Amino acid sequence: MITLEINDKQHSVDVPADVPLLWVIREHLRLTGTKFGCGKGLCGSCTVHVDGKAERSCQIPAAEAQGKKITTIEAVGSTRSGAAVQKAWVAEDVPQCGYCQSGQIMQAAALLAANPKPTDAQIDDNLSGNLCRCGTYQRIRKAVHRASGEMKKGGKP
Amino acid sequence: MSGIFNVSRREFLKTGALVGGGLILGAHIDWAGAAEEGAQKSYSVEPNSFVHIAPDNTVTIIVNHSEMGQGVYTSLPMLVNEELEADWKKIRFESAPVAAVYNHTAFGMQMTGGSTSVWSEYDRLREVGAAARQMLIAAAAAAWKVDKKTCRAQKGKVVHTSGRFFTYGQLAEKAAALPVPKDLKLKKASAFKLIGRPTARLDSPEKVNGAAKFGLDVFLPGMLIAVVARPLVFGGKVKSLDAEKTKAIRGVKDVVQVPSGVAVLATDFWQAKAGRDALGIEWEEGPTAALSTPGMKEQYAKLSKTPGKIAKKAGDVQKGLVSAAKAISAEYHVPYLAHATMEPLNCTVDLRPDSCEIWVGTQFQTVDRNAAAEIAGLKPEQVKIHTMFLGGGFGRRANPASDFVSEAVHVAKAAKTPVKVIWTREDDTKGGYYRPFWYDGISAGLDKTGKPVAWSHTIVGQSIVAGTFFEKVLVKNGIDNTSVEGAADIPYAIPNILVDLHTTSIGVPVLWWRSVGHSHTAFVVESFLDELAHAAKKDPFEFRKGLLTKHPRHLGVLTLAAEKAGWSRPLPKGRGRGIAVHESFGTYVAEVAEVSVNTEGKLRVHRVVCAVDCGQTVNPETITAQMESAIVFGLSAALHGAITIKNGMVEQGNFDDYPILRLDEMPKVEVHIVKSRKKPGGIGEPAVPPIAPAVANALFSVAGIRLRELPMKPEAVLAVLKRS
Repeated sequence: MITLEINDKQHSVDVPADVPLLWVIREHLRLTGTKFGCGKGLCGSCTVHVDGKAERSCQIPAAEAQGKKITTIEAVGSTRSGAAVQKAWVAEDVPQCGYCQSGQIMQAAALLAANPKPTDAQIDDNLSGNLCRCGTYQRIRKAVHRASGEMKKGGKP
Repeated sequence: MSGIFNVSRREFLKTGALVGGGLILGAHIDWAGAAEEGAQKSYSVEPNSFVHIAPDNTVTIIVNHSEMGQGVYTSLPMLVNEELEADWKKIRFESAPVAAVYNHTAFGMQMTGGSTSVWSEYDRLREVGAAARQMLIAAAAAAWKVDKKTCRAQKGKVVHTSGRFFTYGQLAEKAAALPVPKDLKLKKASAFKLIGRPTARLDSPEKVNGAAKFGLDVFLPGMLIAVVARPLVFGGKVKSLDAEKTKAIRGVKDVVQVPSGVAVLATDFWQAKAGRDALGIEWEEGPTAALSTPGMKEQYAKLSKTPGKIAKKAGDVQKGLVSAAKAISAEYHVPYLAHATMEPLNCTVDLRPDSCEIWVGTQFQTVDRNAAAEIAGLKPEQVKIHTMFLGGGFGRRANPASDFVSEAVHVAKAAKTPVKVIWTREDDTKGGYYRPFWYDGISAGLDKTGKPVAWSHTIVGQSIVAGTFFEKVLVKNGIDNTSVEGAADIPYAIPNILVDLHTTSIGVPVLWWRSVGHSHTAFVVESFLDELAHAAKKDPFEFRKGLLTKHPRHLGVLTLAAEKAGWSRPLPKGRGRGIAVHESFGTYVAEVAEVSVNTEGKLRVHRVVCAVDCGQTVNPETITAQMESAIVFGLSAALHGAITIKNGMVEQGNFDDYPILRLDEMPKVEVHIVKSRKKPGGIGEPAVPPIAPAVANALFSVAGIRLRELPMKPEAVLAVLKRS
């Protein structure tokens, strides 16, 4: 049995220790907002927060995620930066097919939590590991800036 | 799929009949009456199939096109509501089931592709909205016992001149039972309130919180996950199978053979994949095992020097070339390309003795349904398809061979269990159905004043429709229109033109890939035209302008893009500009790219200015987004993308060796939309074709390097530098 703390809840799952966290989240907890894109940490679609940091859940064996605080796209809206990012994403009409956007949002929310006012170069540096085949990059940049502005103004904690 | 666009609608309706064995047409298409194209509507107006109004005034629009990012779940409801006059805030969407009423109005089958969704529904969905509105008004007038003329529709209510009103929710049930009016009154374009207004996507909220359900997100009770071992050499067959190790893996439930390979079924993906990877399979490789990209290129190059089947002939090219003051020629080639949708292929099937239910992100509902019915031994109407959100399509999910759906039905049939087949990224990349590899030999002659007098273009490559049911309508006199689109119809005023085609037969599965033939032809035509401009010592923009005087819409976007890009203004040192213009899918796009190149040969695209004329706009917000999107898609191909073959096997597998553009490479993109009341054109694809030549032309302008092959990798840039 592996015990995981995901979105502030404890879950016990009976899986082999080497199963990637991504598949536990998707298939056992049925939190399907976290996406499978490449399985090799190359695209960022599976990004979740592990102790507040953006990590690729397809690269973390379930056993290694024990004892850590994991947040997925389904719960990131309850964090200040996550809520600001989601709001900005809608305002800038970022998503197209939408498949990569959970990962993009998780990455951006972690960035803003650590650096509330990133420069273009910092945004590029931080989000370039998150691929978008629909090419929403320009809007992603704008939306990160918008979210940053929202956070400055206040908004929900 | 612009070939489809160029073929008469009647012919395509016939294909629809072919695909569905007549069944899918239902009673909605009047064959005898379809004598003149456009003279007969190919659809009937059935508001109850498209509009559901709930007592709480929520209006659900049933959308018959697949949402793969291009925004149809917003733009198509906009068409309905322009006439329906419901409160936009109350509009919801739902994907349509498979039924004849939801067939594509031009193609006679349910499908999404060819940048056709908006123009093909532009009339029908407005008529649906108008019919529904008139039925709601009739219901209100009957309840009040007043003349319909004293009632009007306004923001989800029918209001009487006295001030009384009913909400749509109050009227819905009665209105739905009324006959559909025949005298539909549609608004003039000048009265549009919604069409042409930038409108936020309706699907954004669920795409930012993880709630949107894609095919991969479907779970059925008792379902198993399958991962399939497919031959690495195309056309390979299983010679022998040893599944002993696989069956010992915890969670593995079954191993079944299907026509495409061997499926391993397990309780979880990870175990299914481990089981698949542990299979001992000996493959019968077949003739494709002899194929490698360098050999293929050599063979194609030879062919390009011999005459092919004529696709276009005007004047006398030989005479034109001989009499020219200056003649130049070149060879171009582009690689196979994978679609690489972010959501890897997948399909979920629940097969029972008398029914088959399928959950899948597909662009080809009718084709997939009929393929499933045949495999399952069921009637098409016993097969139900739930169209999920598509994590990208780009043509890959519109396969005449229905590969990923058929395979999943085979697995469900063999294993007798509900199943979700998941492709890994590597399975998806190596799985075939690519944009074809193309090789082009091209030459032209200029007269003394630098005007082109002859243009000869030989194209070599595979047909994407050969062997499919589309062959009958898209291949004419041995020419697959999708192979020559954008080349056989160049707009430039050149008196002597010859375009010919060698259609090769190679065992690599090919398919339409966002912008289809144009993805290749525009690169060749617009690059070579640039070569001519430089050979004539003329400005590439002015040179094009001079040859497009009879093509006002090309000219319009070309001029607009040049003007907005500041074409005549000097650039900082180390930067160059390139321009390209191309029509596809009824839409005209010109792009100006600003590029620099470093000492390692790495290109950097700094800015792209895009001008688009797609006729009447429906959602300008989506148009802008699709231009941005297509430019990125085209840049991925221009700078990074290549699928290569070695001993019949694809060499690439994941985003490390098949890279796509990343955020830190994203140029500043500016989109300018031409105001127009012309018939709407497509928007999903037309901005792809001009970007590769615009970048290649910019590279030439800044560094004097002419790259005639894609992708424009640093090593290719350096190789040209070394040669010169």
